[in-house]
Amino acid sequence: MRLRTAALLSVIIAGFVFLANPAHAETDPTPEPSASTPASDAPVQGPAIRVRLLDQQGGEAEDPPPVPGVTVRVSDESGTEIGSAVTDDMGVAAVPIPGTGKYRVSIDEDTLPEGVRLTGKKTLDVTVNLAMGQNVAFPLNGKVVEKTPFVDRFFNSLAGGVKYGLIIALAAMGLSLVFGTTGLTNFSHGELIVFGAISAYYLNVGVGLPLIVAGLLAIVLGGVFGWAQDRALWRPLRHSGTGIIAMMIVSIGFGLLLRNVYQFVFGANTRSYADYTSQRQHDFGLFSMTYKEVSIIVVAIVAIGLVTTLMTRTRLGKAMRAVSDNTALSASSGLRVDGVISWVWILGAALSALSGVLLGVNSQINFMMGYQLLLMVFAATILGGLGTIWGAVLGSLIIGIITEVGPLLGVPSSIKEVGALIVLILILLIRPQGILGRAERIG
Amino acid sequence: MDFGSIIDAAISDALGPQAVVFALAAIGLNIHFGYTGLLNFGQAGFMAVGAYGLSVTMVRYDMPLPVGIAVGMAAALVLALVLGVPTLRLRADYLAIVTIAAAEILRLVFGAVETKEVFGGSNGLNGYTSTWNSLNPYSGGLDIGIASWSRNDLWAMTVGWIVVGLCCLLVWALMRSPWGRVLRSIREDEDAVRSLGKNVFLYKMQALMLGGVIGGLGGIFYALKQASTVPSDYSTNLTFFAYVALLIGGAARVMGPVIGSMIFWFLMSGIGQLFSQATRGADPLIPDWIMTDTQASLVRYVLLGLGLMLLMIFRPQGIFGDRREIAIDAR
Repeated sequence: MRLRTAALLSVIIAGFVFLANPAHAETDPTPEPSASTPASDAPVQGPAIRVRLLDQQGGEAEDPPPVPGVTVRVSDESGTEIGSAVTDDMGVAAVPIPGTGKYRVSIDEDTLPEGVRLTGKKTLDVTVNLAMGQNVAFPLNGKVVEKTPFVDRFFNSLAGGVKYGLIIALAAMGLSLVFGTTGLTNFSHGELIVFGAISAYYLNVGVGLPLIVAGLLAIVLGGVFGWAQDRALWRPLRHSGTGIIAMMIVSIGFGLLLRNVYQFVFGANTRSYADYTSQRQHDFGLFSMTYKEVSIIVVAIVAIGLVTTLMTRTRLGKAMRAVSDNTALSASSGLRVDGVISWVWILGAALSALSGVLLGVNSQINFMMGYQLLLMVFAATILGGLGTIWGAVLGSLIIGIITEVGPLLGVPSSIKEVGALIVLILILLIRPQGILGRAERIG
Repeated sequence: MDFGSIIDAAISDALGPQAVVFALAAIGLNIHFGYTGLLNFGQAGFMAVGAYGLSVTMVRYDMPLPVGIAVGMAAALVLALVLGVPTLRLRADYLAIVTIAAAEILRLVFGAVETKEVFGGSNGLNGYTSTWNSLNPYSGGLDIGIASWSRNDLWAMTVGWIVVGLCCLLVWALMRSPWGRVLRSIREDEDAVRSLGKNVFLYKMQALMLGGVIGGLGGIFYALKQASTVPSDYSTNLTFFAYVALLIGGAARVMGPVIGSMIFWFLMSGIGQLFSQATRGADPLIPDWIMTDTQASLVRYVLLGLGLMLLMIFRPQGIFGDRREIAIDAR
């Protein structure tokens, strides 16, 4: 139970209050699967308030591990303490009470495991009615703070930022490629991310494929989707000479359409993949992470490595960069520009689909997730320099780290994205072409 | 299927207070995008500061309504200044992203837990409409057969359409003045205007401020008609919908945004009601396996997205606009 490893994540400790009746020692059925077991072996005779503390964040199985050694106090309405007890190995503490009435249950913060502090409600008022067994569940929000050294928290946030940044980078490379070759500022790019996440969800949960297979298929589907939308929508628009602002507004309409189609099909709920949902954090020296988070980082780095190799070593990659550099010159040099742009869309959409799958593995899947990430992706691409894929990667890492480390330096954590957006505005003030962009007139 | 109630919903909303909010937002955007060529995608931000300017002044500082309205408009003006200085030199697509980002920053800050003391968190602010309601001269609602409005709606509509009318008059007067001609020439060719010795930045800033204040008025009106100010109302979608309204009517036309927002709400309410009725009841017209009533409420947004795409592709000038007057090829 090393809760300190969950630095910056809020740890939820659920406390269950059992009001056991001596007449029937078992509690009534409860929706919490783990909560009904301990009642029968209660050491306390007579009416009692039983509290069970569970660490909802820890543990690999669905049973959250109990939290032992925490002092629970019970007082009556006037505040006079009636008794206290310490949670045992089952996380259960029982305090005898004289009879029916209103009681106040509180948890002694000093006895909580190292590094955990309650931030939510610290006491709970219960009304005991002995005629029937009663149980009350109440969540206590614990937060890991203070006792974790700043350096530890910093490195944990840094690692989290790198992970977030790499997820953004995959999407940002796609956005940047498309912008570089076609000049389209694609406001429906977020929907490519969701496309990957949702496809993988249906293949994983619906069809029953393992997530890794489902994810690979989702990337392929994403590529096909990118190709199809270029052929059906963007290419005809380019050929008809539609201006970039008109195309941008078309992409807004397309994004709106796709978002609502997703919601139509997928619903407004947030869902998880069938695999790798809850994992324990492991200590990696400077920081700690779950294995799935480490895998996300590895997969993203491999994908970025592959794409950069593709861009520098292969004919296709060179052709993409040539089109991005100067479309007219590439065309007159004999490059089949439309074919190259088709590949740009396939690659960009496939990368975004991968980004969506990783984001879904990291947290959960929602039809809005791409739209919510879109501004981060824009911020990253502009910070790095629109149209340059190295810039997109660099910008994404910076944005990811700013977002995750920001709360340590005083950015309110509920709005941590604000830091990244402010950076976006600042970079346009100071160096509008971005870090790696070529200086050109954008005003 | 009850066509009467579909028509009723469509017409009631097309002339109702919601259309006023969008008309004001779109008039502001018309000054930005239609006349000056500024691609402001942060109109929701201007509306939000207007609404919060009003509600914070009235709820937290107990000021009277006129002060609230003044503060709301001033807040929009300040936002235009703060946003304009760094961004007005940027190319259209960059400007779009920055203004979206700014509007999102505002929305996040207004809804944050940390600023709850001032802005009321995600529940927002309410309880500032007593003066507004007490001024209501109507004694009851109105039902004219094909449309119906409540007492509060009638009052909001009366004030709202008068404000819209005044704004249109202002835009009409300004745009036929030399000042308006400079704005339109900035849209056509910035460099040419510069070579004539005009301070392009200053003109753009004035246009941003004017359109922003009208957007702020839209936000103030939104806050009053809704009797609450909630951060989620001011999402980027609000800006996008206002753009749709503007583009339907036709950019760079005085009445374009007004007619556009009426048509926008006529279609949104009408289609919404149509699909809601088609999926309601024990034996719905559209069976459950095609769509449930929750899904039916999304159809209009799907059509809205499709409509925006088709509008932009086939008729970017909207109903009244002139294709040569649309700044869609500006770079």
